[in-house]
Amino acid sequence: MKFADEYRDPALARTLVAEVTQLADGLAARRGRALQIMEVCGGHTHTIFRYGLKDLMPPSLEFVHGPGCPVCVLPMGRVDDCVAIAEHPQVIMTSFGDAMRVPGSNKSLLQARAAGADVRTVYSPLDALALAQQHPDKEVVFFALGFETTMPSTAMTVLQAQALGVRNFSLFCNHITIIPTVQAILDTPDLRIDGFLGPGHVSMVIGTRPYEFIAQRYQRPLVVAGFEPLDILQSLWMLLKQLDEGRCEVENQYKRVAGDAGNAPALDAIAQVFEVRDFFEWRGLGSIAHSGVRMRPAFAAFDAERKFSVPNLKIADPKSCQCGEVLTGALKPSQCRVFADGVQRRRLRGLPPVRPHPPGAQRGASGCGMRA
Amino acid sequence: MCLGIPGRIVAITHAPNKLAMVEVMGVRREINIACIVDEAHPVDRCVGDWVLVHVGFAMSRIDEREAQLTLEVLHSLGEAQAEIAAMRQAGTGNANATAIGGLS
Repeated sequence: MKFADEYRDPALARTLVAEVTQLADGLAARRGRALQIMEVCGGHTHTIFRYGLKDLMPPSLEFVHGPGCPVCVLPMGRVDDCVAIAEHPQVIMTSFGDAMRVPGSNKSLLQARAAGADVRTVYSPLDALALAQQHPDKEVVFFALGFETTMPSTAMTVLQAQALGVRNFSLFCNHITIIPTVQAILDTPDLRIDGFLGPGHVSMVIGTRPYEFIAQRYQRPLVVAGFEPLDILQSLWMLLKQLDEGRCEVENQYKRVAGDAGNAPALDAIAQVFEVRDFFEWRGLGSIAHSGVRMRPAFAAFDAERKFSVPNLKIADPKSCQCGEVLTGALKPSQCRVFADGVQRRRLRGLPPVRPHPPGAQRGASGCGMRA
Repeated sequence: MCLGIPGRIVAITHAPNKLAMVEVMGVRREINIACIVDEAHPVDRCVGDWVLVHVGFAMSRIDEREAQLTLEVLHSLGEAQAEIAAMRQAGTGNANATAIGGLS
């Protein structure tokens, strides 16, 4: 596949691993500890595990798997609300396949479907809109989740529904934003992370400038990275070069896709449809100020939270859950209390299951349900 | 959900709604291209463009020149590494080491 295969060359990967190893060994020796590099995005976690990059790294470099998996960080209360909407007899609930298995305090969407609710997997929110046009007697709800990568697609779908005058389509909005989240991690006491691999597809939407504060105020370098194995390795090398030379900058390895200014039509659609929430609840991280968005009042007719009554209960994370410590790099996934638990026990405890397909598979493989 | 995949626009299917047919590894699907068009690059110029496709939307036009530059950096790293490896090997070589030492 063009723009993918070129970035999978094993010989070049070996070269980069050698370079990264040399730099990491030197830096770790000077610091007296292993380097911790956080890949913010779940897509990067996926590449790191799929191509075995974790196993190619020297002991002097550890990956910390960041919060950038919208499925993993969704709290149970929001899933409960979604299930409550799905169980309404008039409703066809739609979402991406990844969202189907996330457990609520009682059941997942998949389990709601097994119990008789009309729950359907779609590839695109546009498919959900088409479904609404095909079923004018039903209310089609799209369970919208994801960071800025996915936000333009749902915003544009709502704008299209408005333009077409479709009245039986709405969003259950659970979109979250990356900057307040990374800031919350940076504000964690005893933070050990030495640098960040920046999320390539979020950056394609928001650009690279919103990260400047990370380099300037928090003195941590960040390299926006692509998703092929050589992209990750090259970005790591760029990050370690910065640390080695005492620089602290925002650099962009993924320039072929993500421009520094972001995508103007996408940002415009987001701004039209969504507004920032005061707080949004995260699994593992708790409540983070300004980290989520909701639909503007002008789009109330397309807002499932306004159209349907939802329980809106805050469900605490299970006591055994240590996702928060893992997310901030304080614990390795294997140190999590429930790392070795089986699928059934995790389900009983209300922890996310091991998901059979990426990116969740990598995170779920840890057994703590979120992180590998 | 969060992953994007490169595809090539093969036809415009509905210009006013900014819809186009994209081909990803032989699979065709209609997508929305509103995020990659502007006055400088209108809808009718998009056929043949390589784009990053995400949940039914073209989210970015892939910049072939930047893609090439990234690959060049990677290859130059590879060449530099090969050069250094060759130098190391030569440096640790028995007779050569003596010979070089002798010359200095």
